[in-house]
Amino acid sequence: MRSVRALALLPYLAMLIGPFFVNRVTPYFFGMPFLLAWFVAWILLAAAIMAVIFRLDPADRDESE
Amino acid sequence: MNGALIGIAGAVILALGLGFLARRGRQMGLEQWTVAGRSFGAPLVFLLMAGEIYTTFTFLGGSGFAYGRGGPTYYILCYGTLAYVMSYFLLPPIWRYARDNGLYSQSDFFVRKYNSPALGVLVSLVGIVALIPYLVLQFKGLGIIVEIAGYGAIASTPAVWVGAAVATAYVMVSGVRGSAWTAVAKDAMILVVVVFLGTYFPLHYYGGIGAMFAAVEAATPGFTVLPAHGESVWWFSSTVLLTTLGFYMWPHTFASIYTARNTSVIRKNAVFLPLYQLILLFVFFGGFAAILQVPGLKGADVDLALFKLSVKTFDPWVVGVIGATGVLTALVPGSMILTAAATLLANNLYRVVDPSAADARVLRVAKVLVPLVALVAVYFTLKGGQTIVALLLMGYSFVTQLFPALVLSLARNNRITRAAAAAGIVAGVATVAAVSLTHSTIGTLFAALPVEIKELNVGIVALAVNVVVMMAVSAGTNVAVKSRGPVRAI
Repeated sequence: MRSVRALALLPYLAMLIGPFFVNRVTPYFFGMPFLLAWFVAWILLAAAIMAVIFRLDPADRDESE
Repeated sequence: MNGALIGIAGAVILALGLGFLARRGRQMGLEQWTVAGRSFGAPLVFLLMAGEIYTTFTFLGGSGFAYGRGGPTYYILCYGTLAYVMSYFLLPPIWRYARDNGLYSQSDFFVRKYNSPALGVLVSLVGIVALIPYLVLQFKGLGIIVEIAGYGAIASTPAVWVGAAVATAYVMVSGVRGSAWTAVAKDAMILVVVVFLGTYFPLHYYGGIGAMFAAVEAATPGFTVLPAHGESVWWFSSTVLLTTLGFYMWPHTFASIYTARNTSVIRKNAVFLPLYQLILLFVFFGGFAAILQVPGLKGADVDLALFKLSVKTFDPWVVGVIGATGVLTALVPGSMILTAAATLLANNLYRVVDPSAADARVLRVAKVLVPLVALVAVYFTLKGGQTIVALLLMGYSFVTQLFPALVLSLARNNRITRAAAAAGIVAGVATVAAVSLTHSTIGTLFAALPVEIKELNVGIVALAVNVVVMMAVSAGTNVAVKSRGPVRAI
């Protein structure tokens, strides 16, 4: 499932390109300005994506390395 | 002695104790001292890599940046996250190569990949020039924290001396193991302290996080997002990209890759390290909360925002706990930097002069160099003026220049010759220095460009120069070799 690795590009798009579209204060989420809430959401998603990649990556079956 | 000082003294003694204990049961050879015998599991590697984000820079600078400039500070959240995502793919091949070739330092990697001790010398020099100001920053932060959190009972100068002596002592005894063990205490404390401050200040002063941001926005509309000009979206995006690429290029961070027991440890951490970034959120909350409560801090004083607010709000013993945490955020990265700088000097500079030196001798040289590096840093901390500030701003851009030659060396067929790698790094570093010392921006360099391009981080120019020079020299030297006939492989 090497194609799953492509998911790792999403946080890059969200954090490097995303701000051009979400640089705004409102609406607030959990009390945070929208831009900050966007980044927080993507930190959580980045961790989730890496967890999925980690689970499916055959490289991690080899504990000796 | 007031309650605050007891907490700070406790942190210093704790760091010293843990730092010495870390050595127990180990024969300290060069491999143990520099990379802990490549034996660390996920938790300790996690703490070493997280040690890089939670330094005095984040504790003081992160909150100060939020206080002084608002939204642009979010870049710190992003570059760490993206660097950790990258680490999943970038670090395992580096670790594997380092294990197979018995490497101790970042420069060793370049020496072996490009088969050139001279390139190792160059990379070491770039690393040391970037590391010393970074160490100075830690010592400066430590001095400020002790002075404020101790209510002025201890001036910053003796605090800097004591902090430098403590880090030197446990690094000489335990090497990188000392950093890892003290990092356990540091991260436990910083988690509690930062989450507490970031929750308590908004609640206590504003009634909640939402109310706090609303109040800040009411005072200065647009402060909590990116401004239209200056530190704009263009600045933000280019800065995040540059700092992501540079993240693992710091010699001490690079060496922490080698301490892992296996590549699985590294991949596992790539899942959890992004979540750890969220702690920074609470640092920012503290900085934002201070805006309307301790207004009027200007220039370098914005870094004091979090501590000023703490002193205003809490009993001395709470301030002492915060101060103790602050001291540890200086000592842990400080000790990692000391180890890395001494390793570069002994293993990649001294060894070039004395190639027959055995590992045991190189280790002795490294240990002798630790106090010398610390002394140099203390000197600049106490005497340094503008020069050191300029160097500090350049440090991150300097180490980022190592990225292209490193990444391309991982390719199966590396087309980059050693001359090209060296030329690229020199050109990139020279561009950074020239641009920083003349205070150029892309706007002043290329006045005709559209305003968006002018707001890009000027480090992009240096990286572009680096890559172009590297490609050009590589093309030239490849041709030169070929024209002499099918001889040795490079």
